Amino acid sequence: MRISVKAFGAATALLLGTPAFAGWEPTKPVEIVVAAGAGGASDQMARMMQAAIQKNNLMKQPMVVSLKGGASGAEALMYMKSSEGDPNKVLIAYSLIYMLPLSAKIPFNWRELTPVSVIALDQFVLWDNSAGPKTVKEFVAAAKAASSPFKMGGTGSKREDHVLTVFLEQKTGAKFSYLPYKSGGEAATQLVGNHTEANVNNPSENLEVWRAGQVRPLCVFDKERISYTSKVTDTQSWADIPTCKEEGVDVQYLMLRATFLPGKVTAEQQAFYVELFHKVTQTAEYKDYMEKQALKPIFLTGKDMVQFLEEDDATNKALMTEAGFVAK
Amino acid sequence: MEALGLLFHGFAVLLTWKTLVLMMVGLVLGIFVGVLPGLGGPNGVAILLPLTFTMDPTSAIVMLSCIYWGALFGGAITSILFNIPGEAWSVATTFDGYPMAQQGRAAEALTAAFTSSFIGSLVAVLLITFLAPMISSFALKFGPPEFFAVYLLTFCSFVGLGREAKHKTVISMSLGLLLAGIGMDTVSGNLRMTFGSAELLRGINFLVAVIGLFGISEILLTMEERLALRGHAASISLRVVLSVWKDLPKYWVTLLRSSFIGCWLGITPGGAIAASFMGYNLAKRFSKDPESFGKGRIEGVFAPETAAHASGTAALLPMLALGIPGSGTAAILLGGLMVWGLNPGPLLFVEHKDFVWGLIASMYLGNVVGLVLVLTTVPIFASILRVPFAAVAPMIVVSCAIGAYAIQNAMFDIWLMLGFGVVGYVFKKIGIPLAPFTLALVLGNRAEDAFRLSMIGSGGDLKVFWSNGLVGSITTLALVLLFWPVIDGLLGRVGLTQRTRATSR
Repeated sequence: MRISVKAFGAATALLLGTPAFAGWEPTKPVEIVVAAGAGGASDQMARMMQAAIQKNNLMKQPMVVSLKGGASGAEALMYMKSSEGDPNKVLIAYSLIYMLPLSAKIPFNWRELTPVSVIALDQFVLWDNSAGPKTVKEFVAAAKAASSPFKMGGTGSKREDHVLTVFLEQKTGAKFSYLPYKSGGEAATQLVGNHTEANVNNPSENLEVWRAGQVRPLCVFDKERISYTSKVTDTQSWADIPTCKEEGVDVQYLMLRATFLPGKVTAEQQAFYVELFHKVTQTAEYKDYMEKQALKPIFLTGKDMVQFLEEDDATNKALMTEAGFVAK
Repeated sequence: MEALGLLFHGFAVLLTWKTLVLMMVGLVLGIFVGVLPGLGGPNGVAILLPLTFTMDPTSAIVMLSCIYWGALFGGAITSILFNIPGEAWSVATTFDGYPMAQQGRAAEALTAAFTSSFIGSLVAVLLITFLAPMISSFALKFGPPEFFAVYLLTFCSFVGLGREAKHKTVISMSLGLLLAGIGMDTVSGNLRMTFGSAELLRGINFLVAVIGLFGISEILLTMEERLALRGHAASISLRVVLSVWKDLPKYWVTLLRSSFIGCWLGITPGGAIAASFMGYNLAKRFSKDPESFGKGRIEGVFAPETAAHASGTAALLPMLALGIPGSGTAAILLGGLMVWGLNPGPLLFVEHKDFVWGLIASMYLGNVVGLVLVLTTVPIFASILRVPFAAVAPMIVVSCAIGAYAIQNAMFDIWLMLGFGVVGYVFKKIGIPLAPFTLALVLGNRAEDAFRLSMIGSGGDLKVFWSNGLVGSITTLALVLLFWPVIDGLLGRVGLTQRTRATSR
């Protein structure tokens, strides 16, 4: 089955590739492939783009969101890999493109896809229940003193959240039991319900429960504070959260949010999407979304993007190896 | 009575011609996607979501939620007429609904299904209206041990209360659990039983299996036995509808019990499926004549449908209040909310009153309009049975294949569906019940994850399942149900119960 799909894809690429007019445009609906479940951060981003593109008439063809979160996102990666030459599919990628091939030995390499653009960097924040310790120092002390290890909720196993938990253990000396949930939303409600003591969710995943005063951000895993200064809760803005380094726990991690096309598409097709996503980053919807979700703005394409990906890949690989998550 | 005031405000928001037209459009579309097996609510809502981007949030959610109600109503139609459950929670409806259709009582079964759906949702909406704040805090009490206890309860009630031979139920359930393990294991992050195949990464999709197990196997059986659908031309009139309604008060205990189970399980994710099975099993257990279940008893339609719809409706509450979708469709609605800039969470009820109460009001209106709509179209649906089998069968097979493909856009799933069709056929021939198999397939993963998360949290101590009143009582109840035949037998021997249970198995 896969052979025929590939053959078909190659044929399409040939057909579409040969005329090579500048100003290629999609001729059928474009599929945004989300490597996560409904309602997660990737899905939200895909819906934002869909709305931004549709409302601002950035593309003639409609855009459809297709959720391929099966097997912790591996489904989406394999889907993109097998769609070689098809310029109507865009993957919203995040760090799983480095981590899944390492931890689960998925036969996938992001270099086989066509990079389009890096569109944002996502932060990680250490959160606890608002009834829990108020600062990182108190939190670490409480975790060390606890009779059974503190429970740390997160999304998936051997992924960003799990890696951060391992490094948190290394830097503080406290022990955590890591509970892998299916989504960040679940990790958030489990923290509110006091079934876990903490989580390391992205800002977007905990935003609503923070605004409702049910959880407390302790520190952000970046070298500098988040830049957004408008108030999110009655008293605090994203910029008010100290960095973990300031609090004496030097753990840093940022997660990329990038778009890819399948492999073997033409330069014109790649150029169309580079331009499209560049326009998306100029829309009010995008800017609003970035601030609301406390994402770090960035826009990289071409050589800069590949260089960034290579460095990011190396960093992730080192972290995964050190945490002992690379499958033998 | 602040809730009442807000609710009337909601009706005021809703009662414009534009919204009412959107509501009707949504319901008709919903029934349509509900009738096509596998297409179902989630796909229907997903396909139509982008259409609503240009609408204001209230109109958009009204239309989408009406598609949802429509699909819920529509799902019962194929379960009863063709033994093909459109949605996971319609599986239990086939147990008695399909035999009824075969006996020429299709109209009665459909009326019963629609009516009980209506009652179930109504009870749940009333609950949402008046108890919303309390319920959301109840849902927060559910951590991994509580979730596992609920799943355990569902599994146990099946083994303990099922009418089939116990060993066959256990065999069927174990096979389902085994297949549920295929794919990525969330807890360890490793792949299991994929044998290097990229197609198996996704695991076995429950709906693909159900369409094959029930739909395709039914076609195979029919082909072998008689080349005709067994349903007789159903005479439908207002009289049938009224006679079903007249009998309703007789079943008030069943309806109430199922509504209660539905509401309770609906606010825990994945509850609708568990609720429909549990509603059915309990109705059978408490019936004076459990033998007649599975052979076309109207109560066997009332019980699962009421429970499924009570929980399908109640599932919207955790979605709005906590951002946890209780069903696939709710998950897509959740995505929609975010596009319109509404973030589901505790503050939604405070900051977007218009929207929330508009939605709740639309649940009332949508249900009433939906009931009228489906009842008036019952004759059309029931008349499908009069079409010759040779004409209907290919159509059913094609729509099954489309349904199976559409779930994940995968050709592999069509082969899988056909494979499950053969499995279903063999199971029916050797008398292994299909229901425990499907139940294990859909809940197996979640039960396993919940169990392992509980174990990580407690450091491997099983006492965690009795660590508080809530989880303790659910677990104990589960074990009682599992060993019910034994307990019942012992009680009988000691002479504490006078009723003989020998006939019940």
